[in-house]
Amino acid sequence: MKILVCITHVPDTTSKIAFTENNTQFDKTGVQYIIGPYDDYALARAVELKEQTSGSITVLNVGEAETEPTLRKALAIGADDAIRINAAPKDSYYVANQISAIAKEGQYDLILMGRESIDFNNGVVHGMVGELLGIPSLSPIMTLEIDGTTAKMTREIEGGKESLEAQLPLVLGCQEPIAEWKIPNMRGIMTARSKPLQVIDPSDDSTRTLLKAYEQPAAKGAVKMIDADNVAELVNLLKNEAKVI
Amino acid sequence: MSTLAFIEISEGEIKKTSLEAVSFAAGMDTAVTAIAFGQATEEALQKAGAAGATKILHVSDTAYNEGNIQAYATAIAQAAEQESADTVILANSSLGDPVAARLSIKMEASLASNVIELPDTTNGFTVKRSIYTGKAFANVDMTEGKRILGIKKNATTLKEDGGPATIETFTPTSQENDFKVKILSQEKATGDVLLPEADIVVSGGRGLKGPENWGMIEDLAKSLGAATGCSKPVSDMDWRPHHEHVGQTGIKVAPSLYIAVGISGAIQHLAGVNGSKYIVVINKDEEAPFFKAADYGIVGDAFEVVPKLTEAIKAING
Repeated sequence: MKILVCITHVPDTTSKIAFTENNTQFDKTGVQYIIGPYDDYALARAVELKEQTSGSITVLNVGEAETEPTLRKALAIGADDAIRINAAPKDSYYVANQISAIAKEGQYDLILMGRESIDFNNGVVHGMVGELLGIPSLSPIMTLEIDGTTAKMTREIEGGKESLEAQLPLVLGCQEPIAEWKIPNMRGIMTARSKPLQVIDPSDDSTRTLLKAYEQPAAKGAVKMIDADNVAELVNLLKNEAKVI
Repeated sequence: MSTLAFIEISEGEIKKTSLEAVSFAAGMDTAVTAIAFGQATEEALQKAGAAGATKILHVSDTAYNEGNIQAYATAIAQAAEQESADTVILANSSLGDPVAARLSIKMEASLASNVIELPDTTNGFTVKRSIYTGKAFANVDMTEGKRILGIKKNATTLKEDGGPATIETFTPTSQENDFKVKILSQEKATGDVLLPEADIVVSGGRGLKGPENWGMIEDLAKSLGAATGCSKPVSDMDWRPHHEHVGQTGIKVAPSLYIAVGISGAIQHLAGVNGSKYIVVINKDEEAPFFKAADYGIVGDAFEVVPKLTEAIKAING
């Protein structure tokens, strides 16, 4: 089974979010970058499926040269080869177009990615890719089992889950608890250095949105502390000050 | 041109988030048509009229009851064309998001999700959306003539003073691949307030020491008409089901009031709650980082504070 795993290169979840250039650029100063947490789940499940079906995993990222350490980490976790589309990800449509072009050429059985990136949070690339390729797309996927060419899945819905069945090929946006994140071991890190990482120019430059400027939320006021023996005061504040009960 | 709002129906009622989407559309000062899928009475559908829709296209074919992503995208694209709608509004949800994605390709439309304010149309069409899991915003130009906006939960005020809408049956022409995915079963919590829709959320963390102590959280939630949630470790240890996990990789909530009991406030948890209007933190550790993000805090033993708080809430509610 041929699996394509699309990963994002995003600031660590604990990063301070700040902007430069008149609020038009993300401030990368001191920021650690990671594989997007949701993409990490997708990759972990792909590694498990590869072990079960003796398949192959190609990992893909749309990003400039700085994202290569993130791709190498994915190779260390268990991907066989990597593709970097040499471009900054301009918007969801742009990224979906790049993935679709690679997917058409590679004829993958399964295209996995996270349910959303944790920087832009659009959560739509998987669906766009599915539509561009004319194959089903589903998200957010919590479990995935493959039996031959049939995929059985559970998808999170508000207040519960639904069980689904579909034939491959499929595009899936993944989330926990689909698999446990994999930590690269020393052997994986060593072999990742020699695994192929192909750099490809973008296939299409179209976008459908344009970022004008970033904004930061207003600073939060100081917390009002209430004595543990005086819960009536909390109730009073929630009722008469916040007006939420 | 007009605006089309996508309505999700659950157990015969329009979801609150969908009514918010209709209210948002009504705030854009264009004619609003809504498209609703699933079984609902005329009375239930008219809530979309109250929220600002003047026309409701009702897809009552039972094949569309369960929320098939591809079939919905096809149907909404056809409805948008029929109504000459240049804008589609829907709620960010586990169904709305994947439907919006496919719809944007079908309609060749700009797409933005997590939209938190009405668009600025003074010079083009600019929306403000939440990014970095609520830690920042982006102002984005929608550069195409057609656009799709996913509205973040609780980002808009519910409109309830609209007039009755005309209701028409809408019969989509399904495409070959629309029903390729088989929905085998759905398991939903019933009778409870659903976490993503809730206006008040009470969440518990490891400080509750075990699943046997959750009755205390449920009692407080019940007194407030709230949904219950939990932190990631609690869900990981199977104290509570995954669909209650609030946080960066769980459910992101944006209620009017979020009460955190025995949760220290890891940054990943905060990322799931930073859209809340007010946050109350109850924790025996005065150094818990969650207090820095809270509006109101109590340093104390949850096992003593929470029952007292439940009684005090019951007292004011009579």
